[in-house]
Amino acid sequence: MPATLTGLDLRIAFLYGAEMNIYGDRGNIIALTRRAEWRGLAVTIEQVGIGERLTPGYHDLYFFGGGQDKEQIAVAADLARRDNGDKGATIREAIEADAVALTICGGYQLFGHHYRPHNGPELPGIGIIDVTSEAGPDRFIGNSIIATPDGDLVGFENHSALTFVGPGAAPFGTVTVGAGNNGRDGTGGARYRHAYGCYLHGSLLPKNPWFTDLLLTQALARRHGPVELPPLADDLERAAHNSAARRAWATR
Amino acid sequence: MDPRLTLALLGARATTLAARLTRRGGGTAAPGLVAERLDPAALRKLGAALAGGALVVGGTNGKTTTAHMVATILDKAGRRVVHNRSGSNLVRGVLAALAAQSSLGGVPRGDVGVIEADEAALPAIVTAIRPRFILLNNLFRDQLDRYGELDHIATRWRAAVATLDADTTLIVNADDPMLVGVTAALPRERIIYFGMAAAEPAAVDRRLTLDVLPHAADAATCSRCGGRLAYRALYLSHLGDWFCPACGNARPAPDIVARDIRLDGVKALSLSVEATGDASAVNSSLVIRHSSFPLHVPLPGLYNAYNALAATAAALAFGLSPGEVTSGLAGFTAAFGRIERVALEGREIVLALVKNPTGFNEVLRMLVGGGDADAGLATPTMLIINDLDADGRDVSWLWDVDFEILAWGEAPLHTAGIRGPDMAVRLKYAGVAPGRIAAHPPGELRAALLDFVRAAPAGATVYILPTYTAMLEARGILVDLGAARDFWQQ
Repeated sequence: MPATLTGLDLRIAFLYGAEMNIYGDRGNIIALTRRAEWRGLAVTIEQVGIGERLTPGYHDLYFFGGGQDKEQIAVAADLARRDNGDKGATIREAIEADAVALTICGGYQLFGHHYRPHNGPELPGIGIIDVTSEAGPDRFIGNSIIATPDGDLVGFENHSALTFVGPGAAPFGTVTVGAGNNGRDGTGGARYRHAYGCYLHGSLLPKNPWFTDLLLTQALARRHGPVELPPLADDLERAAHNSAARRAWATR
Repeated sequence: MDPRLTLALLGARATTLAARLTRRGGGTAAPGLVAERLDPAALRKLGAALAGGALVVGGTNGKTTTAHMVATILDKAGRRVVHNRSGSNLVRGVLAALAAQSSLGGVPRGDVGVIEADEAALPAIVTAIRPRFILLNNLFRDQLDRYGELDHIATRWRAAVATLDADTTLIVNADDPMLVGVTAALPRERIIYFGMAAAEPAAVDRRLTLDVLPHAADAATCSRCGGRLAYRALYLSHLGDWFCPACGNARPAPDIVARDIRLDGVKALSLSVEATGDASAVNSSLVIRHSSFPLHVPLPGLYNAYNALAATAAALAFGLSPGEVTSGLAGFTAAFGRIERVALEGREIVLALVKNPTGFNEVLRMLVGGGDADAGLATPTMLIINDLDADGRDVSWLWDVDFEILAWGEAPLHTAGIRGPDMAVRLKYAGVAPGRIAAHPPGELRAALLDFVRAAPAGATVYILPTYTAMLEARGILVDLGAARDFWQQ
């Protein structure tokens, strides 16, 4: 284990940051960056957009947020293209080689096999997390809590899709407030290796600092081996987490 | 005489009276609900009775201020104006306002209507009222859990304006590519475009132009070909002198242009307006002659330059003279809560509503730019964030605001409200030194406000930036402490 983290670098890919950045999802990038920099790490963020190539094996952590329908359709089409490098295959190989991914909402759906809208053609995903999504009859809007084995995640869900977890992935946790993946089976989010997906905006990471640190630890381990992140003064983050959780129970 | 309409107006009046007697506050929408039940066509009938026609004002930001400006200019010019002044802008709120300003026989106490419309309600309102003018000011990302996605609103607006008669003229912000897309199918002579003209590049003021699209702005895409737009000048969010490198689509030349914008801190702004003289609609009564005149607006911030320009375009379209516009705006006071000054315990409080990322960005830009922009914010500031329906239940939008602008400067930053703790975290992650952040717990706003005000030296100015329901709550506390008046008495 390195004696000090200072000078270690972390490479983040912000997938389709221009198109898929709705509901404050870039707050997750901010939280990852700040909490890494506060530990003396050097962070680089590369925004990878439509028509751009992704360097194989380069990034430690991929972030993929949600977007409007129009943008999500354009992004799904770009992910299916093979003429400018196969981004789906690049990310899939990276996840198999211990890279980390956080995907939210539309990004979560596109990390799965497909999203089937009410009308219009099916959007193919890149099939990294074994989930499928389809348009549902209702929109799930509200504060939400997912209880995972490692701790609670609190955020805000806003989706009409129903997502179902297949045998090749594990539910990320149990939804204790809100609808979670589909409002039916009680599951919230999904994970495969170090790729995580869920519907929580909020932004998710700033007020769930334990999860941010888990992602950072796993991302650093890919190239730098096991690291232990020194603790930070998280009073404000904990207060926000607790008040958001109380708000979730009060408004459910 | 229309007995059904009279019954509806009686019902509205009785509801208003009952609300006043039981002291349930302004009672802004319930009378509309009653009137609508008694006569579903009441809104259409009252709108049609406005002899001078109506103006419906839509847009994510600035619609209350802009509608207020137009009403003030018309009023000072001697026109009798019917206006939903309280900002109650859903279908029933508009109906309630028109009902309250009409005789029981259905005759409005005015000849022109100025109607502010909520984005989601705008299609229904314009379909019922059939206004002479529709002013489209901007489309920004709002609290999306309330309205659905921006494209969806643009699509509904496009459908609504397509159904209107040829004698409805659109007054459109040419700097907003989404709005130009909304009205692109209409004949050019039915549209009056307004927009800003860039200063000489050498004289560009950082408060007037942006180097990059703010994070709150949606990816600006061409409504014609879907390509990424580029800007010759970018003024505010995605508003600017835009063009599409892929297909050649570009900002239409504005008929009403703002130049030489000067911002005077948190107090006022000035600009010069040029009407190019090209705007004439199929309706022959609408001719805007060439003119050029200075405007002084006693409101701060670049966003209010857009509001003033929009109001000017509307007033000119109603046939008013440049002189009437200038004098109408000179004595303008802000709409409720948008920008207010009150005194409390020897401190001056400037209250500025923040309701979505773009609005928040613009208020921060105004406050930080009020002093020496390089020194950052020097004035103590309290941010009050609620998450009730009218605020947007999802506070994710705080992460789309560029609070990084507050990382410079020494000013203490207080956070309060139901989601004050989220705001405190946002400030910390924006790079604000934790020692500058005073996080007040939710549910203790009165104590938090007093603590905040008393922490500032006597004679100081402080800023309070609340979301909508936080503004109502804060104002209620300030009223209680003797610092402000009830809004419906203004």
